[in-house]
Amino acid sequence: MEEILVLAEHRKGMLRDITFEMLNFANALTSQNRMKVSVLLLGEDNAAMAERLENFCDNLLLLDCPEVANYSPDPYLQVLEKVVQERKSSLILMGHTAAGMDLAPPLAARLGLPLVSDCLDVSLRNEHLEVLRQIYGGKINAKLRLKPFDQYLCTLRPGCFSASVNREGSADKVMVEPPHWSEFRRRFVEYVEAELADVDITAADILVSVGRGIGKPENISLVEEFADAIGATLSCSRPVADKGWLPKSRQVGTSGKTVRPKVYIALGISGAFQHQAGMKNAETIIAVNKDVKAPIFNVAHYGIVGDLFQVIPVLKEKFAR
Amino acid sequence: MNIVVCIKQVPEVAEAELEIDKSGSEIDTEDLVMDINEWDNYAVEEAIRLKEAHGGTVTVVTLGDEDAEDVLRRALAMGADEAILIDEEGFEESDAFGIAKGLYRVVKDLPYDLVLTGAQASDDGWAQVGLILAEWLGLPFASLVMDIVIDGENAIVHRELESNTQEKNEMSLPALITVQTGINDPRYVSIMGIRKVRRIEIRETGYEELGLAETEIGSEASCVASRELSLPSAGEGAEILSGTLNEICEKTAQIIRDRGGID
Repeated sequence: MEEILVLAEHRKGMLRDITFEMLNFANALTSQNRMKVSVLLLGEDNAAMAERLENFCDNLLLLDCPEVANYSPDPYLQVLEKVVQERKSSLILMGHTAAGMDLAPPLAARLGLPLVSDCLDVSLRNEHLEVLRQIYGGKINAKLRLKPFDQYLCTLRPGCFSASVNREGSADKVMVEPPHWSEFRRRFVEYVEAELADVDITAADILVSVGRGIGKPENISLVEEFADAIGATLSCSRPVADKGWLPKSRQVGTSGKTVRPKVYIALGISGAFQHQAGMKNAETIIAVNKDVKAPIFNVAHYGIVGDLFQVIPVLKEKFAR
Repeated sequence: MNIVVCIKQVPEVAEAELEIDKSGSEIDTEDLVMDINEWDNYAVEEAIRLKEAHGGTVTVVTLGDEDAEDVLRRALAMGADEAILIDEEGFEESDAFGIAKGLYRVVKDLPYDLVLTGAQASDDGWAQVGLILAEWLGLPFASLVMDIVIDGENAIVHRELESNTQEKNEMSLPALITVQTGINDPRYVSIMGIRKVRRIEIRETGYEELGLAETEIGSEASCVASRELSLPSAGEGAEILSGTLNEICEKTAQIIRDRGGID
């Protein structure tokens, strides 16, 4: 293993946290294995982003041109195909993000690379790659041992590593030659921000959040009454917003909103990592779930193992005047 | 508008307590209810809505054992026209490439303007098969899609990004799209509805008929050498409140008052 190649991710001129999380991870791995860390930054008017990266890697590979201004698979694939083959990078890292999930599988298919997606950890044991993943919605951990390959492609789950990188140094800058572009079949048009919501859940001191365990939309009113009784705002996890039982603006999680209330009360939420990413920094987390093994109990401070339909009426009474 | 939808049958685990089997590399699925992968259900619904708006046919394809016929019947009851079952024999322990090989051999010979599939499956969560298939079929693609509008020869799609943001893209047809949950409101499937489609013949095929060698699929072709499962430690971090329901709620109310700043 000689080089770890990290694909920098950015949006609207800002590097995303996942970029630094990958760099942190890559630097820790190379310190044990005498490998080099290279970062590939594709974008337009890259100078400010490049400056933020140059202390954290050995090589900074730069391509600055309008074709790669925003992430889009066709130009990105055409560049990566060339870079990965020329540099023979042993491990290629991307985020398990909307961009990485879009890019990694076709790149793997095009180059015949083994792809391990959504990794929580990656380690090297005698030239074998070992990877920690979660399956069945985070209910089971899976440790995979990979067969030997010259090159591996992994996507790293966001939030598994710190985004503050400790490393001093200055990278060698390498200008990447743009490929002879072929047709772009998918064209980036624009970013679309969600419209303003009636209620801003990020401003609430107390959030009462409902998940799949609520069962049916008619049950929401029970929780709403409880939220009213304690002066809390109602929020939800993905399945509830997907079904349209509460508006998308109330959704907590990676694709929804990140909240930091004083108290977060999770009712019937199993706690997929995408949900945890949006609420784990709440000051106090109380979770009610029937399943003692629900991942939500790993981030909660207080847990009630039980049926929310039994718990909520009794709990609500405690606030009656 | 002819549409192919690739779907998968998975165990329903949201409310279930899972156990690892003796091999240590699989979970015990005996007591679990099998159902269509949630993402794929949205993909089937989206295909049927597009068919209703633009005409054409919907063909559903799955790779699984004989019980996987249930998810095909379910899709037929929702309004799909044809169904194909790829026998999973030989495909056991495949990685995403192995599964994609089976699907590719079937889909490439079907007429399609659009290939749809769920963005990921709730069991292994690789989120790979759809886009590998796109690459092999030579199709433009978009993943994690929350909105599809067909505009003549093009599709305008919204992809879901992080932080409540979407990305609008335009691409030419034919194309492959992987669907995110919440894109639509999937219709209810009744037992009567499934009964009505019981006579529709399901085409069955297998790896040999598809011209695949045993060595191209299954564990032999997988990038994974071995897999060891474990249960995450339960309730790590949380103080589980104990006592009678009344006592638990009393404690909880006190915590909410203290931490939430309620007098």
